[in-house]
Amino acid sequence: MRYPSRSRLSTHDPNLKENMSEKNDTESKDIQWPLWEVFTQPRDGKPHEHAGSLHAPDAEMALENARDVYARRKEAVNIWVVPSDQIVASKGEDAGPFFDPADDKPYRHPQFYSVPRASKRRS
Amino acid sequence: MSTETTTLTKQDALFEYLVRLADDRLILGHRLSEWCGHGPILEEDIALANISLDYIGHAASLYEYAVEVEDKGRHRDNLVYFRNDVEYKNLKITELPKGDFGFTIARQFLFAGFSYFLYKQLSDVEDEQFAGMAQKHLKEVKYHLRHSREWVLRLGDGTDESHERIQNSFNDIWTYVGELFHQDEIEELLQGEKLAADSENFKSDWKELVVDTLEEATLEVPDFDQFMVEGSRDGLHTEHLGHLLAEMQHLRRSYPDADWE
Repeated sequence: MRYPSRSRLSTHDPNLKENMSEKNDTESKDIQWPLWEVFTQPRDGKPHEHAGSLHAPDAEMALENARDVYARRKEAVNIWVVPSDQIVASKGEDAGPFFDPADDKPYRHPQFYSVPRASKRRS
Repeated sequence: MSTETTTLTKQDALFEYLVRLADDRLILGHRLSEWCGHGPILEEDIALANISLDYIGHAASLYEYAVEVEDKGRHRDNLVYFRNDVEYKNLKITELPKGDFGFTIARQFLFAGFSYFLYKQLSDVEDEQFAGMAQKHLKEVKYHLRHSREWVLRLGDGTDESHERIQNSFNDIWTYVGELFHQDEIEELLQGEKLAADSENFKSDWKELVVDTLEEATLEVPDFDQFMVEGSRDGLHTEHLGHLLAEMQHLRRSYPDADWE
């Protein structure tokens, strides 16, 4: 187990303060710790899925909080935590160019291909 | 009238030992449950309630086994709800009021560290059921230790206020830690049968864990040789236990025949 140094832990940390005041100045009056997104893997070999979010001062605490909030009833075999501000998301105005063109291109869907009977039976 | 002195049987000793272990965990679990809805942040509120349930779960299985060993057809709830404070054998460190978050974390850390080494030994006792129980509980205890240790580091090495508060908590609780290592004829008899842990064997490991953690958290380690309270295993308690039991037991005692159905 490794621990962040004193400066990383301290709530006097300039980065953390900056983070918090930034949030204060904008839309919300959120003076909580930074936000993290939690992804849990339900079983070995399954993909990690978004479980929700939580507040935590650092990565280790985010992991522990994630365990307590999202995996205390055997929901997961593995957990990822990611700082929410590290997630790059498409914007609302991207929806048109990103997703609409798919509307009139049914040929992009694989259902027009006939599936060999042998492989059907196996699945 | 018999002139024979009552000798302690292996059965009596095991029953008493299991009840001691269970009492520690029930009372600490109950204290911890008082944080439910009052945690410093939502995530920590859930974590503390979760750990509280782990402790109460450990106590439940230890009581269950205790009444089985006792073999008088008693239900485990009988031990929980119908014993008075002098009949409770929990260590005083577990019954102290929850204090502030720093105090709770200081106690959780000291107790979880102790439980960790204790359960490692209990996992090897020559009693399949008891050892299996210990192995199962050990997994949870490892998490309790990790959780509380991480918080000790952050509170100790955090802000000036958090540092001062948790330092005061360790100073205040210190007089109660000596009792963790109390052993008497109960443990001695069972150790001979390989049915109990011997805390003397892991005292130095526990101290090392505590010293390393407190130093890493920039905290001062109080004096291990200071006055330490004793007597818990004989039923001597602080005034706080009676209040705790009153709250925990009053419903059951008011309606002794009540049923969930």
